[in-house]
Amino acid sequence: MFAFQMADIMPALPEIFLAGIALVLVLVAAYGGETPRSARRVTRIAMGGILITLALVVNGDPLASRAFGGMFSADSFAIYMKVLVLLGTFAALGMSLRSDGDSDINKPEYSLLVLLALVGMMLMISADNLMALYMGVELQSLPLYVVAAMRTNSLRSSEAGLKYFLLGALSSGMLLYGASLVYGVAGTTDFAGIAEAISGRDMPTVFIIGMVFMISGLAFKVSAAPFHMWTPDVYEGSPTLVTALFAIAPKVAAISLLLRLSYGAFGSIADQWQQVLIALSVGSMVIGALGAIMQTDIKRMMAYSSIAHMGYALAGLAAGTVAGVTGVMIYMTGYVFMGAGTFAIILLMRRDGAEATRITDLQGLSRTHPLLALGLLVMMFSMAGIPPLAGFFGKWYVFLAAVEAGLVPLAVIGVVMSVIGAFYYLRIIRLMYFEDTDSPLDSKIPMANRVVLGASLAVILLFFAGIAGLLAAADSAAVALIVLG
Amino acid sequence: MIEALFFYLFAAVMLGAGLMVVVSRNPVFSVLFLILAFFNAAGLFVLIGAEFIAMLLVVVYVGAVAVLFLFVVMMLDINFAEMRAGFQKYLPIGLVVGGILVFELVAAMYGDAFSGATLPAASEISNTRALGNVLYTKYMYLFQVAGLILLVAMIGAISLTMRRRSGVRRQVIAEQNMRRREDSVEIVDVPVGASARTVATVPPGKRER
Amino acid sequence: MGVENPVPELLHEYLPIAVFFAIAVGLAIAMVSASLLLGNQRPDDEKMTAYECGFDAFDDSRRQFDVRFYLVAILFIIFDLEVAFLFPWAVSLGGIGVFGFWSMMLFLAVLTIGFVYEWKKGALEWE
Repeated sequence: MFAFQMADIMPALPEIFLAGIALVLVLVAAYGGETPRSARRVTRIAMGGILITLALVVNGDPLASRAFGGMFSADSFAIYMKVLVLLGTFAALGMSLRSDGDSDINKPEYSLLVLLALVGMMLMISADNLMALYMGVELQSLPLYVVAAMRTNSLRSSEAGLKYFLLGALSSGMLLYGASLVYGVAGTTDFAGIAEAISGRDMPTVFIIGMVFMISGLAFKVSAAPFHMWTPDVYEGSPTLVTALFAIAPKVAAISLLLRLSYGAFGSIADQWQQVLIALSVGSMVIGALGAIMQTDIKRMMAYSSIAHMGYALAGLAAGTVAGVTGVMIYMTGYVFMGAGTFAIILLMRRDGAEATRITDLQGLSRTHPLLALGLLVMMFSMAGIPPLAGFFGKWYVFLAAVEAGLVPLAVIGVVMSVIGAFYYLRIIRLMYFEDTDSPLDSKIPMANRVVLGASLAVILLFFAGIAGLLAAADSAAVALIVLG
Repeated sequence: MIEALFFYLFAAVMLGAGLMVVVSRNPVFSVLFLILAFFNAAGLFVLIGAEFIAMLLVVVYVGAVAVLFLFVVMMLDINFAEMRAGFQKYLPIGLVVGGILVFELVAAMYGDAFSGATLPAASEISNTRALGNVLYTKYMYLFQVAGLILLVAMIGAISLTMRRRSGVRRQVIAEQNMRRREDSVEIVDVPVGASARTVATVPPGKRER
Repeated sequence: MGVENPVPELLHEYLPIAVFFAIAVGLAIAMVSASLLLGNQRPDDEKMTAYECGFDAFDDSRRQFDVRFYLVAILFIIFDLEVAFLFPWAVSLGGIGVFGFWSMMLFLAVLTIGFVYEWKKGALEWE
């Protein structure tokens, strides 16, 4: 007779707790009706649940980390990444709490689906098995397709949801096809088992094809070029609150999964996947930097900006070393806070209550809202990679790792593209400080946006002070991922 | 011998039906051909002894997914002629993608690449039981996540397509049962010779619907 | 035919179904082709047009379906899958013990919560 012991389940306690909260919220949403008040209640409970989950995650024991017969791993790498995802989703949900917000997103289902997607992200981060990987990816993606189309009376939102769904389904298909080939060769779905099966063996072409298919499927999820086509349309069409969520949390989960897959399962054939990741990285950096220049809508611009950011992060991944993983983790830390802070401001871009998300709507912001302009200035400088802000450290460690691994051309392309990318970040600053406007944006700033913006600013400005601690944490997490497997 | 005969029968009909799914002019026919393809695939699964998957194919794919497809085809107001116009344009790229997939499958089959995955020894127990023995215990984690995914599908479908229509008169059974005689019927003592107008005491608006 | 190759053994159980299908398909083909071959067929223009109360057809008979049909179908699929999960469970319940039993109960509980949601939202009402 088979039964899991408590020790086989305890490492997944945060996920189980969060899923339980989500189930309770389904009932709350069912009985609470469709009023904005009920939606706010669901959001508050969800945020409380996330905070408790955060405490559970941080208190988890990274040494006794295997659960469910090795399918689930809550090592220190998973803890680090889960903290990022939880904080990011907490911020995104918090910003939906404004009472005068979009009436369409004032549905209790929104927070509920986001919470279920969050469970999916955490399962992705912890996935240590091909099947667990796929289930995590699906649990994360499905709710996000729905929230992208949540504004049912808007054609653009429906289009965004549909596009995201179709391309997401295609990427899932690629992921599954690749996984089946990998399983066929390795004979097991466990990452550790795959690593064991392929070490010291001459790999057949079929295995390499399967691996490339899997990496391509995940590249869709992180929107790395050439699998980025959906990103600008989805970012632009989705309700801005949803765009904020997309920009903050899911990519952290997808990058974590890519890290665990390439280092955990395919670690011994790093030279094979390195080329693929270098191609993805260069493509994303170039398309992100050049594509953003032409944009007039700030949500579209942020989409290209995120493609570029993924390119930089992938450069660290391509290095294939502990330093590379550390670099990616530092990069994603900065990325989450930059995304949260920037979208806290983008969400405020309203004129007479209607959304005004053209870049030119920021004209003269320094005169009408000096503090907001200053905040956005810091965010843009950080994204451009200006020291001593968070974005600089991320890029620094990523490129350093790439150079140490002998990928000097990759690092050079990265630096060049950062300089080109700085152009459109600085353009926003020029619009804010050196242009004037006669139609100022609305001046009401909800509490949630203040808190998110303030916290993000604090993290980004003080990043240099905490970098030593972050590096130590990321380093031990990277060692746990690569060496301890 | 008879097994091989059935294999070629199922496989040939399935391929033919699959081709018709793509080329038939009317999407409704495409869906019907898809059902035929599903049936034959189920036959193939029976031939290799995977009865449970064959049953799933019939129950879930034919019984539910094909019906959903049919509804979707009827729901979308597609201009069939317009849709066909793109066919020629996308044919080359479709052929290329299909060709790559076929090549990979052939390479995988005829190489000895899949030596790592050994077929489990055919056991005495049926594959339905073999599946049940691990699905709910060893793979309980995946099973529960599947439950969550189904829940998401349910909530997502409802929150995207449910719309309360205004002006619809709904039947409220509880209200009907709560209704008492006094609420709806009034006995009026009609004096001899009085006209109906003078004795109507309950205005029509107050009456329950 | 024995223990070492259990698959053909299994197929023997399917023989009645195969015979049944053969009869059904054969009968259908026979009926259609017989009427096609034996009947008098003298089509003309008037015979071939669609019959609509003696008038020419007003418009296409294809009508756009209501989205509610889709909702019903997708909710049906979900519970169909739930039932599909119950089959192997029922077959192997003796072997998987209490743990397997409660595993399924948890799964059913999750979907029952979904069912409550569905009910309360009125997704099961046609209006």
